[in-house]
Amino acid sequence: MVQPDLLYSKEHEWVRIEGDRATIGITDYAQESLGDIVYVELPKTGKAVEQFGNIGVVESVKAVSDLFTPISGEVLEVNAALDADPAAVNRDPYGDGWLVKLKLKDASETKNLLSARDYEKLVTA
Amino acid sequence: MSAPVSDRTASPLIFELGQEGRATRYVEHGKPLQSFMPANVLRDDLPLPDNTELDVVRHYTSLSQRTFGIDVGFYPLGSCTMKHNPKVNDALASLREFAELHPFTPDDLSQGALQVMHELERSFCSLFGMAAFSLNPAAGAQAELAALLIAKKYFRDRGETQRDKVIVPDTAHGTNPASAAMCGFKVISLKSDARGRVDPVEIRNVVGPDTAVCMMTNPNTLGLFEERIHEIADAVHEAGGLMYYDGANANALMGNTRPGDMGFDLMHLNTHKTFTIPHGGGGAGHGPLGVAAHLVEYLPTPYVVRDGDRFRLDFDRPKSIGPVRSFWSNFAHAVRALAYLYANGAEGLTKVSQYAVLNANYMRVKIAEFLETPYPEICRHEFVASAQQLKKETGVRALDIAKALLDRGYMAPTMYFPLIVPECLMIEPTETESKETLDGFVDVLRDIVQTAKTNPQELLDAPVTTVVGRVDETRAARQPDLRWRASR
Repeated sequence: MVQPDLLYSKEHEWVRIEGDRATIGITDYAQESLGDIVYVELPKTGKAVEQFGNIGVVESVKAVSDLFTPISGEVLEVNAALDADPAAVNRDPYGDGWLVKLKLKDASETKNLLSARDYEKLVTA
Repeated sequence: MSAPVSDRTASPLIFELGQEGRATRYVEHGKPLQSFMPANVLRDDLPLPDNTELDVVRHYTSLSQRTFGIDVGFYPLGSCTMKHNPKVNDALASLREFAELHPFTPDDLSQGALQVMHELERSFCSLFGMAAFSLNPAAGAQAELAALLIAKKYFRDRGETQRDKVIVPDTAHGTNPASAAMCGFKVISLKSDARGRVDPVEIRNVVGPDTAVCMMTNPNTLGLFEERIHEIADAVHEAGGLMYYDGANANALMGNTRPGDMGFDLMHLNTHKTFTIPHGGGGAGHGPLGVAAHLVEYLPTPYVVRDGDRFRLDFDRPKSIGPVRSFWSNFAHAVRALAYLYANGAEGLTKVSQYAVLNANYMRVKIAEFLETPYPEICRHEFVASAQQLKKETGVRALDIAKALLDRGYMAPTMYFPLIVPECLMIEPTETESKETLDGFVDVLRDIVQTAKTNPQELLDAPVTTVVGRVDETRAARQPDLRWRASR
C-alpha cells in the first residue's frame, strides 16, 4: 500500500510536506518487512537533521534497523505515543504511526525523493 | 510452596518447591556452624532452595525434557553448525587429569594440558593458514572484539590512528557490526551484488586511508563462496587495511581451502561449532583467535610456548592486548576439539567439509521443488530459502513455517537472516545427518508448504504439540515476565 500524496526515500521512509512543515514515517512495505515493532528510538526535539542522515532506530522482533530522514530540517515534535504503543507503526504507518515532524530547511531537496509511482515500482520490482 | 501453576506453559521454580529443612544432607555436622566458624564470615540469611535430592533430579530432568537439542532431533540452524558432538570428547574432557587441574598448577605439573593446548594451536595454524592462534577468547563474539582491539593497537603502533572504519558486507555474520561498534569503529555496511557476493569494485570504492578492517564470512551467510576474495583482500591491503575472517562458517572449508591463503590477516574459529562441542544453550563456547605473522605479538595472553620437549605458559608478551578471558579459558573445550581433530585427521576433516557441502546441496535442490531458493547455484555448507512467494499467496510466513516444524519434531532453521532475503529460512544440515534424516525433513517441509495452500490457519496456530504454544513476541519483548523468588 503506497499513499499517492506522499514522497518516498529508497530506504522506505515517507514524508508529507505541508508548507514549511514535514511529517516523516516508515512505509507500509517497511513495517510489513520488519514485522511486529517493539521499540522506536527517535531524535530529541530541536535537533538539526540532514537529508538521508540517521535519526533513530526501529526495533522489531526480527531486526534492529536504522531510521533515516528523507529530508533535512529541525525536529519540532516526535510521536511520543509510540513509547507506549510502538505497534501503531504496524497498524497505521501513514497515520497514527508517524515518527517525526520537522521544520523544513530546504524544500528543493524533494527532488532527491521518489514519487508514489516510482516508490511503488521499487517495492514491487 | 506457592500455588501450583495450572497453565501447561509454566513450571514451578526450584525456589517454589520444597520445604524448610527438607534438603538432603549426607553429612551431619556434630556441632552447629556457629560453634566453629568466626562470626564475621557467617550470614543470617541464605535464601537457597530447600529440596530433597529426588525433587531436584525430577525438576531438572523435567526441564530437560521440555527443551530441544541435537541429541533429541534434527537441528538445521543455519550458521550455527549443530552437528553431532561425539560423546568420547566429553569422556576425555572429564578425565581427572584434565578436569581436576587447578588453574594455578605450575607449568611443570601440567605438561599434558599444555601439550593439548599447543597441539591444538599448531593444528589450527596448519588447517587454516595462520601463523599463531590464541585459545584465550571464550566465544566467537569475544574473539571478534579481541581481533579489533589488536587491529586498533597495530594501527596505533604504526601511527595510523585515523583508521576508524570497519567494512561489513550485508552477508557477513550478524555479530560483526556490533563488535566493530563496541570497539569504537564506525561501521560501513556494504551491499552484496545480485549474485549475493561482495563486488571488489564496490570494495575499492569504499576503502581508503581511514579503512581499518574488512570483516567477512566465507562462505557468506547465504552459503555462497566469495570466489573473488583475492581481489577483495588486495583492495583492502592496498589501502592499508586488515582482513578479518569470521569462522562461523568454517565447517565448509576444512582441508579444502584456508582463510590464510585467501588473504585474511585475522580470523576466529567457533570450536563449539566446527569442532564438536555441545552448544545452543548459551555456552560455554570457545573462540580461538588466529593471526598472520605480522600480528602474532598482539595476541591475547597466555600463549603456550614449546621449548624443546617442554611446554610453558608465556605471559611476557609486551605488545599483547592482554587476556580477554581468565586463566586458560574454557580448557575442557580444547580437549574436546583436539579429540575430534585427531579422531578425524587431515583426510577426515577434508571429508567432513565435503559432506557438509554435499548434504546442503542435496537439500537445497529438493527444497527448491516447492520453496523459492533465491540463489539457485551450488552452495557450500548452508543455503537460504524464502517464503516470500508463499506469503503472498497464502499469508503463511517464514515464522509460521518455523513454528510448524517445531510441531513436527524438528528445530526451526535460522529465520530472517541474512536481512537481504525476505522471509528467509537459512538451512545448515551438517555432515553428521543421514540421507534418511534429510529426506524426512524435506518431506515435512513439503507437507507444511502444501498445508499453507489448503489450510493456512493450522500453520498460523502452530505450534500446538510443544510445551509452550505460539508466543506473543511483541509482548515478550516489551513486558518480559522474569521470575526469581527466594524461597524464604
